[in-house]
Amino acid sequence: MSDLLAARSQMAMSLAFHIIFAMIAIGMPLLMVLAEYRWRRTGDGIYLDLAKRWAKGSAILFAVGAVSGTVLSFELGLLWPGFMRYAGAIIGMPFSLEGFAFFTEAIFLGVYLYGWNRVSPRAHLLAGVVVALSGAASAIFVVIANAWMNAPTGFQLVNGQPVNIDPIAAMRNAAALPEVVHMVLAAYAATGFAVAGVHAALLLRNPANAFHRRALSVALIMAVPAAIVQPFSGDINARAVAEQQPSKLAAMEGQFRTEAGAPLRIGGVPDVAERETRYAIEIPRGLSLLAFHDPNAVVTGLEAFPRRDWPPVLPVHASFQIMVALGTYMALVAIWALVLGLRKRDLASNRWLMRAIAIAAPFGFIATEAGWTVTEVGRQPWVIYGVMRTADAVTPMPGLIVPFLVFTALYLFLAAIVIWLLAHHIGASPDIIERTRRVGLVEEAGP
Amino acid sequence: MSAPLALATIVAALMLVSLTAYALSGGADFGGGVWDFLASGPRRAQQRALISHAIGPIWEANHVWLIIVVVLLFTCFPPAFALLAITLHIPLALMLIGIVLRGSAFAFRTYDSHQDGAQRRWGRTFAIASTATPVLLGICIGAITEGRLVIVPGEPFLSGFVMPWLTPFTIGVGVFALALFAFLAAVYLTMDAPDEPLREDFRVRALIAAAAVFVAAFGVLLLAQRAAPRMHAWLTTSIWALPLQVATALAALTAIWALWARRYPLARFAAVAQVTLILWGWALALYPYIVPPTLTLEQAAAPAITLRLVLWALAIGAVVLFPSLYYLFRVFKRGEEAFDPLDREE
Ligand code: HDD
Ligand code: HEM
Ligand code: HEM
Repeated sequence: MSDLLAARSQMAMSLAFHIIFAMIAIGMPLLMVLAEYRWRRTGDGIYLDLAKRWAKGSAILFAVGAVSGTVLSFELGLLWPGFMRYAGAIIGMPFSLEGFAFFTEAIFLGVYLYGWNRVSPRAHLLAGVVVALSGAASAIFVVIANAWMNAPTGFQLVNGQPVNIDPIAAMRNAAALPEVVHMVLAAYAATGFAVAGVHAALLLRNPANAFHRRALSVALIMAVPAAIVQPFSGDINARAVAEQQPSKLAAMEGQFRTEAGAPLRIGGVPDVAERETRYAIEIPRGLSLLAFHDPNAVVTGLEAFPRRDWPPVLPVHASFQIMVALGTYMALVAIWALVLGLRKRDLASNRWLMRAIAIAAPFGFIATEAGWTVTEVGRQPWVIYGVMRTADAVTPMPGLIVPFLVFTALYLFLAAIVIWLLAHHIGASPDIIERTRRVGLVEEAGP
Repeated sequence: MSAPLALATIVAALMLVSLTAYALSGGADFGGGVWDFLASGPRRAQQRALISHAIGPIWEANHVWLIIVVVLLFTCFPPAFALLAITLHIPLALMLIGIVLRGSAFAFRTYDSHQDGAQRRWGRTFAIASTATPVLLGICIGAITEGRLVIVPGEPFLSGFVMPWLTPFTIGVGVFALALFAFLAAVYLTMDAPDEPLREDFRVRALIAAAAVFVAAFGVLLLAQRAAPRMHAWLTTSIWALPLQVATALAALTAIWALWARRYPLARFAAVAQVTLILWGWALALYPYIVPPTLTLEQAAAPAITLRLVLWALAIGAVVLFPSLYYLFRVFKRGEEAFDPLDREE
């Protein structure tokens, strides 16, 4: 393994690990706040129990999120000093703002997790709201920095060096808004479906369990809107990519030739040697329509770029297909649940719906990993699109395979423990039988 | 293109404030881990419970100070960040492993409160990681001070990436940092302790740590003569140096006397002053360099516009941050009545 490949693998592994915990840190506080709010509104103690159990279950996830994020901020330099020397002054701004978001999040998380008996109920709920907001804010800031790598602005290049830099303009880059919206929605959809999925699976065993019924309803309140909006948000991302990063779009779609009225390919295997994508179901003019909202628009193919500027086509295309497939499934299930909920049906006793939700528990996280693979691998060979190559950013330190293996082992170990602890936690959820007869998603009866 | 020295100095001073805050808060959390490691005597379990209680709600917030330092460094002094990240790759990576294990082991231990065997294993991981990490932090600071962090293309692995940071001096600074953090933690814990015997335990520990700090400081000074002549020369010639050293010594002696006399709030004040003065003295000795001998603050600074924006961001951030921090400490550090060893959630 070359040093460059080792560095890329370590970065990818660290980010793929961190993003899971980061998304939970964005989603779970909102769920806890929703449950606690319901408790305050209805006086139903099960909601309080729910909020407390969610808080307890999330505590270790927050800790792992914080330490893995710390690793990342050092890794930006440990692995990519060339990139940081170049870009630090331009995109450090969102990272500095993120620092304050971390502070407010960590402070009020301390109050929220340890302060049940120490602050007034109202202050407690407010602390939860602050945690939820600052978690989303830290995601927004870091994704702005990432978007700049995709659509770099706010500087001029003179002799290969950035001059006249404008950090505010850099933050307002063209990729920022679509990426930020898509990422925050992803966090709500993924966490919401994961929680709903776990409780749906437990409801399949015991549909009358009042604890899981309430958990399901709260989780769906967050998951359903996010999952339904997500494909629309993704469409905006795709159009932004089409405009700003044509080589990424071509790799996503397996589009080798430049053509007008390009088809949308579902599935298929891009063959780089033959320069064509085989076995795909093609929807005529679909890609031109989706990416440019014009069935005859010209889509730039990979052939328009020198071979050395191509990203790896197969992983980008495959990841994109996975994300869209999972996103479509989640949106459809969400619509199903919404329709039943609006008709005041009892969702928890609808076994097919419970099965559909239970299956989707990991889907949001898988879609997110796939989405980031599209974004990051699709940007290759650039670390800053069109400006700096990844190979020029890597550290001169030799033997990078060693830290890659060490950190991989460390993270695998942490992941195993987290899963083990969570399994125990979920296994210990209370067994409370629902006493009232009619319970719907929207209207919950008190005990 | 670079920013003027004054602007760079202001930002660097704020970085130093963050680093000081990290040493005083996060450093003490590491020190707590050291005392967890060394917990002994009849009240061993209570000692551990007190440490865990004192760290629990606040360590994540304390930890953010370090992130602020890193973020400010790569935003405002990108070449310095790149240089340090390349030359200190190994100790920084090891330090990260320590941070990861410390944080997660602490959380895991608090979390599965049932199994005793697992409890002890997490406890041990937490304690070992808490001991190793400050040493590595000290090594990095020592290596910056020693001034051998330069990139020579084609330099072999050992002489390029290991020797510059693995010297008697850097290890001395590592031990010094460990002693200092352990001292801070013990002094704080005398104030957090709910009863007299436990307080006595930590008073004795604080006094032992104070002695260790003294020995380590002396050793570092001796080694500095050869290893960091620039620093040593500054300490012996600058007009700032003498008052600073006198003040530091005074703070150290006050802390010891106050511990001896059981004047705990005074001891804490003096210990905080001592650590702060040490860090500020170190920074003054380094000035105007950020990574000697190649990078001064001015040479490493980002363009002025970036520094100005960051200063604005810091000013606005501080308005949110300090009231929140105050609130956090007020909620959790209400002295004795706050601690009850059986006060566990659920
Ligand atoms: C719950 C997770 C999830 C779901 C269901 C979807 N996505 Fe997504 N997608 C992400 C999670 C995600 C992500 C991981 O959050 C990414 C990576 C970068 C980003 O901003 O969001 C992403 C990136 C991303 C990009 C690349 C942006 C870039 O490189 O700048 C495109 C074009 C799409 N998405 C399009 C879609 C479409 C058309 C979907 C239709 C169903 C979809 N996504 C569902
Ligand atoms: C958390 C979600 C993210 C994931 C899962 C992710 C994934 C990846 C992957 C797979 C790579 C390797 C690409 C390759 O070498 O083929 C990579 C590289 C990289 N990413 Fe991301 N990324 C994420 C977010 C970010 C963010 C927010 C930033 C910075 C602000 C960032 C900065 C980088 C850098 C600097 C590299 C190395 C250079 C490169 O290979 O392009 N990434 N990431
Ligand atoms: C798109 C990708 C990312 C998202 C959505 C994201 C979001 C988050 C969130 C919500 C948290 C709070 C987690 C918690 O407290 O448990 C967090 C923590 C953290 N993240 Fe990320 N992050 C991303 C990528 C990165 C990158 C690339 C870096 C490095 C530069 C980074 C650095 C950090 C740090 C240092 C923390 C710890 C803060 C603390 O100590 O509380 N993150 N991130």
